[in-house]
Amino acid sequence: MGLESSKWAIIFLVCWLYKNVSCNSVEQKIYVELNNTVPCVRLLNATHQIGCQSSISGDTGVIHVLESEADLEWPLSKGPNPPYMVLLESSLFTRSIMMKMKNESNRVAGVAVVVPNTSPPEFSPHTTCPNENTGVYSDNYGPNLAHCNTTVWNPRGNGLSYEEFDFPVFSLKEDNETEFIKQCYLDHNRAVNGSAPQYPLCAMQLFSHMHAVTNTPTCMRRNDINFSINPEMVCDPLGDYNVWGSIRPYNDTVFGHKENESVVIAAARLDSRAFFWEVSTGAEGSVSGFVTLLAAAQALREVTHAAPPTRNILFAFFQGETFDYIGSSRMVYDMENGKFVIDLDNIHSVLEIGQVAVHSGTNLFLHSDPVSRRNNTVNDENLVNNLQSSTAGLGFLLVEPNVSQPLPPSSLQRFLRAQPIPGIVLADHESAFNNRYYESFYDNAANLNLTYPSDLSPEEQLEFVTDTAKSLTDVATVVARALYKQAGGDESLVNTIKADPKIVTQMLYGFLVSSNNSWFQAVMAPELKNILKPSPPEYYVGVAMSSTPTRLVQYLLANLTGAATNLTQSQCQKPDELPNESRQVGVPLDLSVCRWIDVQRITMLTLGVGVAVLFTSLLVTYFISTKADVLFSSTREPASAAY
Amino acid sequence: MTAAVFFGCAFIAFGPAFSLFIFTIAKDPLRVIILIAGAFFWLVSLLLSSLVWFIATKATNAQDLTLQKNLLIFGSIFSVILQEVFRFAYYRLLRKANEGLAAISEEDGPPLSVREMAYVAGLGFGIMSGAFSMINTLSDSLGPGTVGMFGDSQYYFITSALMTLALTMLHTFWGVVFFEGCERKRWWVIAVVLCVHLMVFSLSLLNPFYVASILPVYAIMLLMAVWAFFSSGGSLHNITLLWTCKTRLKPI
Repeated sequence: MGLESSKWAIIFLVCWLYKNVSCNSVEQKIYVELNNTVPCVRLLNATHQIGCQSSISGDTGVIHVLESEADLEWPLSKGPNPPYMVLLESSLFTRSIMMKMKNESNRVAGVAVVVPNTSPPEFSPHTTCPNENTGVYSDNYGPNLAHCNTTVWNPRGNGLSYEEFDFPVFSLKEDNETEFIKQCYLDHNRAVNGSAPQYPLCAMQLFSHMHAVTNTPTCMRRNDINFSINPEMVCDPLGDYNVWGSIRPYNDTVFGHKENESVVIAAARLDSRAFFWEVSTGAEGSVSGFVTLLAAAQALREVTHAAPPTRNILFAFFQGETFDYIGSSRMVYDMENGKFVIDLDNIHSVLEIGQVAVHSGTNLFLHSDPVSRRNNTVNDENLVNNLQSSTAGLGFLLVEPNVSQPLPPSSLQRFLRAQPIPGIVLADHESAFNNRYYESFYDNAANLNLTYPSDLSPEEQLEFVTDTAKSLTDVATVVARALYKQAGGDESLVNTIKADPKIVTQMLYGFLVSSNNSWFQAVMAPELKNILKPSPPEYYVGVAMSSTPTRLVQYLLANLTGAATNLTQSQCQKPDELPNESRQVGVPLDLSVCRWIDVQRITMLTLGVGVAVLFTSLLVTYFISTKADVLFSSTREPASAAY
Repeated sequence: MTAAVFFGCAFIAFGPAFSLFIFTIAKDPLRVIILIAGAFFWLVSLLLSSLVWFIATKATNAQDLTLQKNLLIFGSIFSVILQEVFRFAYYRLLRKANEGLAAISEEDGPPLSVREMAYVAGLGFGIMSGAFSMINTLSDSLGPGTVGMFGDSQYYFITSALMTLALTMLHTFWGVVFFEGCERKRWWVIAVVLCVHLMVFSLSLLNPFYVASILPVYAIMLLMAVWAFFSSGGSLHNITLLWTCKTRLKPI
């Protein structure tokens, strides 16, 4: 609806000035602003762009509430008033419907998805084989294991997050505003008996213009074009900090290989994503893993002070793992180039905590890389034995999968790309993920069955030990014991290592229900308290330099492991110039519902009357002004006086 | 799409004022100055009256809608009265200025007659009043949407423009009549103008019953046009002169 003409821009500027002076009631007669909306944004990598985009002045379309997949015929072919703005219930937000709309995108102005409060049976917008091109398996390394040939990790994945859409896609909550939209559709837009609905119709306008296009190299090149004093950035790199800490402190200015230093790395990932921007809760996908690792770190505090093990244990929490392993690849890069306190030769073994909260049975599974295990120095049975023996008395077993299958998507794969290292990934799934909502906005506390009795206040909920917390505590105990044994600690003290269920449940509450609780407030630095909110933090890695989960984990790690560990403030890594880095752009978002009118009738009438009035008045005025002497003769001497 | 509505409404509301400006005012710089000053006087009157209304609304309960509506009506009546007061004030200012201008002018006699000043002052009031009425609405007509979702009439934009047009022309005619009345010391004219202005305002309260508001306003506008024509020296004889295309006989 072009605002292209500069004349309009000038007039509009004048009007804008008037408009901003007062509360505009004419606008309220025309538009309804929608508030609780989240857009899908555009992301780039080295070769492609994914995500959604609207035109620069927004996309407007006639609202159509989709009733079934067959009803798609109306917006895509039969409907007489294209383009349409399609409103989808979550059950219809499927790959086939979205791809059909993508193919007819000249008739679809945008999509709005209503996200319900209860989750559907399963939904994962991620791909079936996460990070398949940036892991360790390729045509040169385990080719039969690459690209999920043996095990499909995320079979429920529909890949929508990695498709490119030319129209904006927004999510709406199930609230009064959405009800209003549906009512407006039912009142005005519904086709009665197959006949076309009459104007005026209900319409919706979505703004989510993204400046980033094509791929990362193009976008970064455009960033470098500085024409003005305030250069406009068209995209930002995804990035944050990793968090790491060790039992024995390292001097953070001494980098590179350390003689006679052997380190056991315990790793977990911090981030997650969803189809829409930032609304990722990643309960099973990431929170379960890093909470377990934090609890294990806390469990190891006393015993490592009393009887320090031979090898050091380094706890690493990687950010950005969803997007082709941003965090772990950076740590490996730094280790390879002597920019980290240890290097790859110092690593004794790696234990990674994957998704551990949704059990399908009592056992947990130990995943390892079959290709590197063919080499006997890497095939370290001790690690497996240490883990399996640590479950004594805890009611579950750790089992290796009985088929030869690759590692699931994990940070360990990036270490293996650089050098063969013994490593295990601990997970609750034997082959495909148990997580039905991998990398989606439904992977929340409900996915972990995290329930609290209804009569508790928030502070009481913080302290209440849920069943989920108890099971994760057991896993943390196993991890802590195994790490201690792996690091060569005193065998007799192993059974004294126990994770604290109270700490686990407090962490689960803080990371999945409300981050603004008394414990987090006590742990966080005073100047950072404002990042705590009454909702769970967002686990999207984002473009800010440190997001809420990074900060929280940083301070919690410091708090739980005491003064013996290296604090992570200035040393944390910045993923800067890396290949295969994804880019994203900050997003303006706006959404409003409006209504318009048939061009043929009143609009043309108005224009016609206007033009007629203008020309008539020009003619009449010209005529009168030339004959003014005659008409208004009393201003001069009477014209007909004859002397 | 609704650029058509924007231009249509802009032409309706400002077309006659624009053409009057082009053909009668633009060539003479003195007239332009009087026009702008007139617009400014109207603006000051609006500012003062809206200050009163603003204080009244802030001092009272914002939730009570009937009270707010009544305050709005009271504020508008006060604004109408203040506008006429400022019109009178402008008349006095122009009379004084006229004497000064006559003294420094090269022609003998004042450069502008009171009638011309009346017309220009009225037009100035009218243009400013029209701008304030219409610009807000015009800017909203640019977007893709139109009025009507909450039950308002679809003819909102075109009727706003027609009302603005009527008001602009009415201000012009009132200016002519008012100044003439002040010149001839006929004070009842002032009272009549004030009453007609109040009548027009109260008719506008009848919106959205557009038939009941727009038609009477246009009828009043025609009556005022006739009155202004006669009070500025026109007569039926002159109109017949026009039609018969008689040439004027100049005094030899």
